[in-house]
Amino acid sequence: MKRRLLTGNGAAAWGARLARIDYLPAFPITPQTEIIETISNWIDAREMECRMVTLESEHSMLTAAGSSAVTGVRVFTATSSQGLLYGAEMLYTVAGWRVPLVLVNVSRGLSSPITLEPDHNDVLAMRDCGFLQIHCATCQEVLDNLLIAYRLAEHPTVRLPVLVNLDGFYLSFTREPVQIPSQADADRFLPPFDAGTIRFRGGEPLSEGVAVLDGSTYSYFRYQAHLASLQGFAVYEELGREFGDLFGRAYSALECYRSDNAEIVFVMIGCFATKAKEAVDRLREAGEKVGLLRPRLLRPFPTAALRKALTGKKGVAVIDQNLSPGKGGILLGELASVLYGIPEAPPVLASFIGGLGGRDISSEEFFEIHKVVQKAVATGVTPEPQLLYTEEELRALRKMQSVARAVRSNQGGEI
Amino acid sequence: MSDTEYQRLKDLPVRHILGTGTPMCAGCGGLATLHQVCDILGEKCVIVNAAGCMTLLSVYPSTPFRGSWLYTAMASAPAGAQGVRDALDILKKKGQLRPEEELEVVVLGGDGSANGMGLSATSGAMDRKLDFLYLCYDNEGYGNTGQQYSAATPHAARTATSKGSPGYPGYKKDLFSIWAAHRPSYVATVVAADPLDLARKIERARGLSGPRLILALSPCPTGWDYEPSATMEIGKLAVQTGIWPLKEYVDGRVTHTKIPRSRLPVREYLKTQGRFSHLFTPQENNEIIREIQDRIDRYWQDVE
Repeated sequence: MKRRLLTGNGAAAWGARLARIDYLPAFPITPQTEIIETISNWIDAREMECRMVTLESEHSMLTAAGSSAVTGVRVFTATSSQGLLYGAEMLYTVAGWRVPLVLVNVSRGLSSPITLEPDHNDVLAMRDCGFLQIHCATCQEVLDNLLIAYRLAEHPTVRLPVLVNLDGFYLSFTREPVQIPSQADADRFLPPFDAGTIRFRGGEPLSEGVAVLDGSTYSYFRYQAHLASLQGFAVYEELGREFGDLFGRAYSALECYRSDNAEIVFVMIGCFATKAKEAVDRLREAGEKVGLLRPRLLRPFPTAALRKALTGKKGVAVIDQNLSPGKGGILLGELASVLYGIPEAPPVLASFIGGLGGRDISSEEFFEIHKVVQKAVATGVTPEPQLLYTEEELRALRKMQSVARAVRSNQGGEI
Repeated sequence: MSDTEYQRLKDLPVRHILGTGTPMCAGCGGLATLHQVCDILGEKCVIVNAAGCMTLLSVYPSTPFRGSWLYTAMASAPAGAQGVRDALDILKKKGQLRPEEELEVVVLGGDGSANGMGLSATSGAMDRKLDFLYLCYDNEGYGNTGQQYSAATPHAARTATSKGSPGYPGYKKDLFSIWAAHRPSYVATVVAADPLDLARKIERARGLSGPRLILALSPCPTGWDYEPSATMEIGKLAVQTGIWPLKEYVDGRVTHTKIPRSRLPVREYLKTQGRFSHLFTPQENNEIIREIQDRIDRYWQDVE
């Protein structure tokens, strides 16, 4: 095992390399491109044996990913944002093929306005496609979870594609010290892929993706995929422990940080949770009983674990790095559905939207969020969902607009 | 054609391998083509299907194919073929695919997919010199949804979305030339009504590697509005009037495999189909018929 400074993208590439992927259908998109470039360089340098093909779109890339996996090889691919949505039809389709491929999504806000910077609307738009979703917060977690993802995807009771998510820029381009397992250790954890009987071979006819003509048959297959996904929770827990035994870094579907005796809990996904942890530490130092819950698995959703961890809490702050216009935070709805009607559910479930399109969430804002929830707990009134935005930001935006107006006016244009 | 196994009609396979009882319409020209193609290609194929009429061939839990099937989506069947082909090659390199397990990867799609949504994926597959066979059943419209016009609809045809008296105002897209411009291994037009020409072309395509297109005019009783029994007759007329030239592209050269000696007037073809009936009743629209005829004549002048 060696320790090295790696970006999140570098960690993803290392994960794929250690997984001994056979095939990489690819398409460049910021901020993911570094992953496929890194692997491409390894292939050229003969450090890695893998066939890489650049398709002409993400839709085709995901089709090729699915069709190669169903032919019986270990497949990796990666995309971001617009690419994920461009391939959306195929995400649903290949999940129905029950192929165990792994897709990395490097989260980036969606157009429009077009941006390169991160939030989670892209990956949450694919929440219901049938892929399992693992959300990472550190570069180490990205590498480790790539290996876990293959075990999870290829597990006989699951056999579904897995999406591993990391935040663009904050994780994709940030270097952190990462332990890189040796190939021999990685091999011990992840044996070669055995496609079993689901594979294309001459003399062994197989039909995949066939049509159904009635709702009953359709429901049968959809329920199967759902039940298989639900199995993923226990399998992930088991794999996370096994990984811990081998490498000293265990993972569970729900990360609980100083939440055991907490009264108020932050709930969020992705790498900004590391900032929330820092805020939790500072608040703890000030004597506040606060903690953090971070679902690593978003599909299957760790319902039971969340219920257990949140029972008896006084207030929950759900911090959504996404926005469903006309509704609000997507994670909020997920949480509410988990908590409604259970005994001793937290009486306050407050919603905060922030970190859209790469906007930071500052420590002060975490403190403010805590204060708002504390007040709500005291009054028993859950506040309206809050859109994080400072007066200073608004002033800067207004200034930008007035500069643009002034330039236009100087050029003799109408204002 | 002296090197062909198929010199005469009686040389064609007598054993038919595609199952019967499919949900295709009676008299489907596309299905007739597929039967003939399967007979020549054999069982060791994986059909990578694009959304279209033929999607309904494999309906759970039955399939008429003796080989494998993968339904992808409307836009990306060639990319599906890419993944299958690459995976087979990877397995072969690793020594995990025995020679008898090798498969021919065949894309199956209609004209809607081939000329429109799937064209980008097709072009990409040709850029990458993908070793695959593309079978396009061209019924000149979005047949599966009730024959709305597609980019392959001929000029003046009445479709569900061009019901007015002039019919479809556009002109059929030249998919053969679009393919040929990519310099693939093989491009050919066929029609099920000429099974010998079809068999020879499939035989030739099978012997090559790289991107190969078989573009099959597929008369469609429901979409073109004629009696199912007339499918073969209409296919023959398409060749005899010269509106559907039988040709192939190999090594940068286009060769016509059947040049009609004395072409029948195109009206003989048009009047067999309800989709062109507005050109004949209540009175003849000579201007449009003339225009269609002129285009055919110009085409063959260039050939001759």
